[in-house]
Order: sequence, then C-alpha cells, then structure tokens
Amino acid sequence: MSEKIGVYVCHCGSNIAGVVNVAEVSAWAGKELAKNGVVIARDYKFMCSSLGQELIEKDIKEHNLTRVVVAACSPHLHEPTFRNACARAGVNPYLFEMTNIREQDSWVTTDKLEATKKAKALIGAAVGRVVYQQPLSSLFVPIDPQVLIVGGGVTGIQAALEIADSGRKVFLVEREPTIGGHMAQFDKTFPTLDCSACILTPKMFDAGNHKNITLLTWSEVEKVEGYIGNFTVTIRKRARFITEDLCTGCGVCWEKCPKKVIDPVFEAGLGYRKAVYTPFPQAVPNYPVIDHENCTFFQKGTCKVCQKFCPTGAIDFEQQDEIITIKVGNIILATGWDLFDTRKVPNYGYGRLANVYTSLEFERLSNASGPTGGNIVLRDGKTVPKSVAIVHCVGSRDQNYHPYCSAICCMQSLKFAHLVEEKTGADVYNCYIDIRTPGKGYEEFYQRLLGEGTHFIRGKVAEITDAARNASEEGKLIVQVEDTLIGKQRRIPVDMVILSAAMEARHDAKEVAQKFGISCSHDDWFIERHPKLDPVATMTDGVFVAGACQGPKDIPASVAQGAAAAARVLSIIGQGEIEIEAATAIVDDVTCVGCTQCVSSCPYQAIEFQAERGKAYVIEALCKGCGTCVGTCLPKSITLKHFTDEQIVAEMIGAMTVMKSFEVVAPVPVEVA
Amino acid sequence: MYEPKIIGFLCNWCSYRGADTAGMARMKYPPNVKIIRVPCSGRISPELVLRTFREGADGVMVLGCHIGDCHYSTGNHRTAKRMPVLKRLLEYSGIDSDRLAINWVSAAEGEKFATVIKEFTEQISAMPPFAETMKMEETK
Repeated sequence: MSEKIGVYVCHCGSNIAGVVNVAEVSAWAGKELAKNGVVIARDYKFMCSSLGQELIEKDIKEHNLTRVVVAACSPHLHEPTFRNACARAGVNPYLFEMTNIREQDSWVTTDKLEATKKAKALIGAAVGRVVYQQPLSSLFVPIDPQVLIVGGGVTGIQAALEIADSGRKVFLVEREPTIGGHMAQFDKTFPTLDCSACILTPKMFDAGNHKNITLLTWSEVEKVEGYIGNFTVTIRKRARFITEDLCTGCGVCWEKCPKKVIDPVFEAGLGYRKAVYTPFPQAVPNYPVIDHENCTFFQKGTCKVCQKFCPTGAIDFEQQDEIITIKVGNIILATGWDLFDTRKVPNYGYGRLANVYTSLEFERLSNASGPTGGNIVLRDGKTVPKSVAIVHCVGSRDQNYHPYCSAICCMQSLKFAHLVEEKTGADVYNCYIDIRTPGKGYEEFYQRLLGEGTHFIRGKVAEITDAARNASEEGKLIVQVEDTLIGKQRRIPVDMVILSAAMEARHDAKEVAQKFGISCSHDDWFIERHPKLDPVATMTDGVFVAGACQGPKDIPASVAQGAAAAARVLSIIGQGEIEIEAATAIVDDVTCVGCTQCVSSCPYQAIEFQAERGKAYVIEALCKGCGTCVGTCLPKSITLKHFTDEQIVAEMIGAMTVMKSFEVVAPVPVEVA
Repeated sequence: MYEPKIIGFLCNWCSYRGADTAGMARMKYPPNVKIIRVPCSGRISPELVLRTFREGADGVMVLGCHIGDCHYSTGNHRTAKRMPVLKRLLEYSGIDSDRLAINWVSAAEGEKFATVIKEFTEQISAMPPFAETMKMEETK
C-alpha cells in the first residue's frame, strides 16, 4: 500500500466522546485499518481548534501522510476547515475525507456500543474511499461586482446602502410601487417610540437617490441563471402606465382620479386610495402607478382624467411590461414577511366582529398619516374606545397554526398598550401566554408599561364574542379568557380588540426559494447555511438571505442582517475571483458512443454533443457536479470527479466490511436432554 | 436476531442535511444505516445499487430532495424515473424490491428522516438476511 493515511477522531468535547468510545475507535482504526494504509490514528478533544488542525499539519509533515480522514461533525460545518489545514501542509484538499460521527451518530444513537460500532463503520468507509481520491485543482471564476437585492424593506435598503456606499452597483428590486416595506406602515417603533417613518424615510430617500443604486420597483424577478460571480437575472418591470422620465411626482393625477378604492396593502384595508396612486406621500420613487384592475379607463374604455390633467403628459396607457436582463455576481434576498391571516382563528371573530383589528390595521389606525389621522377610533370612524383588549400570540405558539414564537408580538403589544393609553386614556388589557422581552431596552419598556396601569392577564384567549350575558356586556366585545394566575375564567367587556398576529413567511416563499435555488424550512422561512455561524449565507453560493424572510425578526435584527449580508457580499467582491467546485464531470472519448443521453439529462445544458467527433463534451464552467449524467450514461463513459464509481464503491465496501466484521457467528443451540 | 446492514445514498443538499437536522434535534433512530454522501440522488446509477447488494447489504436507501426542490433543479427527476425501473429489475432477478427504498427528505425534515430510517430498518429486520435469501435462491 503506497498511501499513508492519517485518521483523526474528534471528541467534540463530550458531544461525540460522551457516546462514542473515541479512544477505542482511534486505536481500532490504527490497528484494523493498517492494511488499508492507515499509519496513524489519533483522537483529540477538538479537532477543529487551531491545536487540532496543527496536529494534523504536523503529522502530515512528520509521517509524510498522503491522505487524511477526520471523523467529527457534519462536513457541511468543517470540511472547508480541514481541507485548508491539509492544503497548508501540502496535501491536496481533495485528498481529505470527512465522516460525520456527531450529527449522524453520537447525537442520534442511544446505545453507546452501537454508536461506537457505527463510528467504526463510517471511518472504515471513509478510509476505503480516501485511497481512491484524486488531487483536483479548483477552477477560479471572476466575480461580477454588481449585486442584486430582492426586497426593498428596511433590510434590503440597509444592504443596498452599505454596498452602494462602497462604490459597487446595486439593483434593488421591489414588487410594490415603492420601497419601504412594512416599516413604512408602522406608527412608532419599540422600545424608543420614535416615529417609524421619521427614521425610515431618510434611508429610503438615500437609496432612491444613490448614484450606485438602480431602483426597480413594481418589478419582480422572473428567472435566475448562472452561479456565484456570474448570475444572469431576468426581471419583469410591470407597466406603471406612467412615463418615469416625464413624471415629476406632482400628484395631480391621483388628486383628479375619480375612482376611489380600498387600499389592501399599505393601508391594510383600513383606508382608501385612488386607481392611480402612490402608496404614501414619501414614496420612493415618487412616480404613481395605475392600478389596472380598478382603473375606469382599463375596465370601461373611457375616463383618461389623469391624462387630461397631467401637466407633463406622463400618462401612457399603451405602456407594456418591460423585461430587463441584468448580470450580477451576488444576490441578497430580503423579501420579508406576511401577516398571519387572523380569519383562520374563527373564535376571535376577525372579519365578523367589526371592532376586532389586526396588528397591522392598528398600526395604520394609530399612524398620524393613516386613514384616521392617528385618532384611535372604532370602525364607525368617531367613537373613541373606553376599553381595549390586546391578544398576544394569534397564530403563533399555537400547534394549530404556527408552533414558533413570532418574536416581535410581545413588544409590539406593549407598544400598542402604551399608545392606546396615551391617546385615549382607555383601560387596556393585555392577554398573554408569556411576556418575552429579550432585547436591549425591551424589559425596561415592559417594566414601564407595568407602571402605566395596563392590565396584564396571563392566559390564552378562548373566544371573542358579542353575545352579551348581562347588561354590562351589552354592545361590547367580550373577551373570554382564563386568568391562569388567579385560576379563574374571566369575561372582559371591551370596545376594541387588537389581535397581535404572527409574522409568517411570504405566501410565495417556496416559489421564490425555487427560483433562487435555496430551501425553505417547515414554516417556509428561508434556510440559512448555519443557524449560528453562518446566518445570512445559504447553501447556494452567492445567494444570501437577510431579515424576516429567514425567520421572525424585529427591526434592529433585520437591519443588522441586511448589513451583515452586505459585508459578506463585499468580501466576495473584494476577492475578485472565486474558487468554484472542482468536482465536475468529464467524458471518456474512447468509450463514449455518442448516444446523447447525458446531453438531455443535464440540468444546466453543460454537456454538448460534438457532432463532428460523435462525442459528448462537458463544458466545465457550466457543470455544477450533480452527476446526473453519470447515472444516465450507459457505457459508463462519464466520470464525476471526486464522486467516481470507484470512490463510491470503495466507500460502500469499507462500510460493509466493518459491519460484516461485527457479525457474530450465531451460537449453536445446545440441546437440552 | 440479526443486525441488518443498510447503505443509504443521500444527496448532499437535502437529505444529508435532513440527517444533520435530525442530529441537531437529537432524534434517535437505529444505527444500521450507513450514509454515503453524493452530490445528487441523480448520481446513483442502478449499477451502484446492485453492487451494494452484491457486497451483502440487506437494504439500500436512495434519498433525495423533493421534486421541485432539487439543488440541481432536475437531477432528482432522473432518480424518480430510474429507481422504479430498477425495482422491477430487482424483482425480476429474485430480489425483493422492498429492500430498496426511495424517498424524498428535505433539509428541514429531520423528523421525517428519523421516521424513514426507523421504518426501513424495521422493514428490513423483518426480512431474512439478504445473503441467506440468495443462498436459498441458489439451492432451489
């Protein structure tokens, strides 16, 4: 055996060593796998620590190791770490193999003996495989410095500004007519109670006027092709029916437009807008949009009032959707969240009982620029409520809807309580399961609210009804709740109920994830590469996620993630070029029969049939190394580097051999006389 | 009672990460399945599965991303078409096709992964060891 293999078994503190007998495993590998080329086997507390890595590097030099196997955590976590360590000591990183004895062994196996046996089998497999691994050199591709950011909420704006300020070009795509996102709808922000618009609109203005930011509002990404450094993105810029170059944003069109419709998006259904509109006065960009579905001209063929009055002739009813193709090197998804549809909880009566509001409706109600000018009144538009109940955890922390905690609702509900008390002097009842205020200044805000006289009732609300049982409940909404602190059922008559609804993933999150080649969790939130150590990257290189599209988040956390994603992108751009996967497919011309099965199997059109030679040919820069062509090729002419048949079979045999060695010969049953 | 030897071919992006997710949630399942990581379930040619049986595996699992979620967009479409054909070939060769499991496990589905492994291990445990069934075939 010419290869000299080093095997390293990690304790991971007690994560592995607590279940797997690591000392026994490494001693076993040194002895039993010597015939496979193992010359040294060690176990160590933390292989990924600098000392652990140095240990490998030192052994490579001292023992002239040619291959390295590390048995530790998931390769998704530390494969790059050890590949680098090998490279530093002069061993090609593709001569390293990692096997997972933590996530796939010690954490999932109860029996210590079994776990130890499984670790041995996995190491046997890795040693079997590593012998056949070939040195590979990575391909380097240049990084296009332009960046695409999808979603123009506060997260996307923050990311766009960070990148644009560094001198890089950003395309900021937003599906609504204006950037700003949910934050533009809010009244005050917790815990400081500064006005949401006052802190957001300057950022929106900066993004709209930055020389390095191209705003594409009223637009959606249709198609994404390519890979890190070289994405080609197709964007549909929907027709606004307004010529942007001519429009000054004077607002005459929407003043004159005779068609008034309910605004379900920005005003959350509480207020009205015209058929030609900008969602709010500080919208960026300031050009209006004609709502095709509601515009009288589009529906009935006559009107054109806006066109008549437009002083610059900017209205263009003939305008068509525009398809724009851009080239970018990196993509940040900041697509945000949807509000849980509170109609799904029928016992809370939303949509049936007039004065039950959602949290987003209340934000608009309380907002000075909202439909009531900031007056907190009932649906009749004039009655000021004398008592208000705020229901926490509507649709969240509920097995029937979303099991997760929506993170922001407690603080939001406390903020609502403060605003109601401040503006109306009403009695406020907060019905909560637990108050969760982790965040800078959050607990202090809660303590302040406790002192302000808000009633806190610990219990999940069972029902909200208008069926009165006595005179005092007449004409009121009755909140039926068990006060678990005193152990009594209570019926609280109030004038208004606010449902603190959960944040949920965008309704089309799955579609978007597929478009960008990333994955979604059970609840449709985008999945990050690592929940703690890599929170904004995804498993698809060059695609990052930030803000509430990754999970429920408040504004500070969203802004931090926007900036973090921007920093990650800038660091990639700064490198100028990036290493892409070296494990690509290659065709053996001698055995290729030119059947073209592989050509049709390739998801990336990376294989072309060269008719003059009668052979298939893999274009390396397009190949992503899935190996589907290999599985398809009948004469076995295609090889996927780093996942060759030889390597996979050797890995399988390695595992099988160890498993077979554990098989005890069944004892011959003793006949009892 | 014998310990079935099972090899699981898992795609790197969904199923292997699903196995990691099960680990992170400390879900317990039997240790019989030894996982081999491949980039895509589409990489698994029928020959690899047959070879694994030849080496004495009592069961083989091929797990990939759900249709539509494939990291390589359509790699698993091939798996979905290929594996049922292979199952018929197994039956034809006198191998119980229930010894080959095809399933889709996403990166988020740790619980599903543990369940799939548990059920398949139980199913294989209920069958005689593969090597014995082959001997029986020969002596027929």
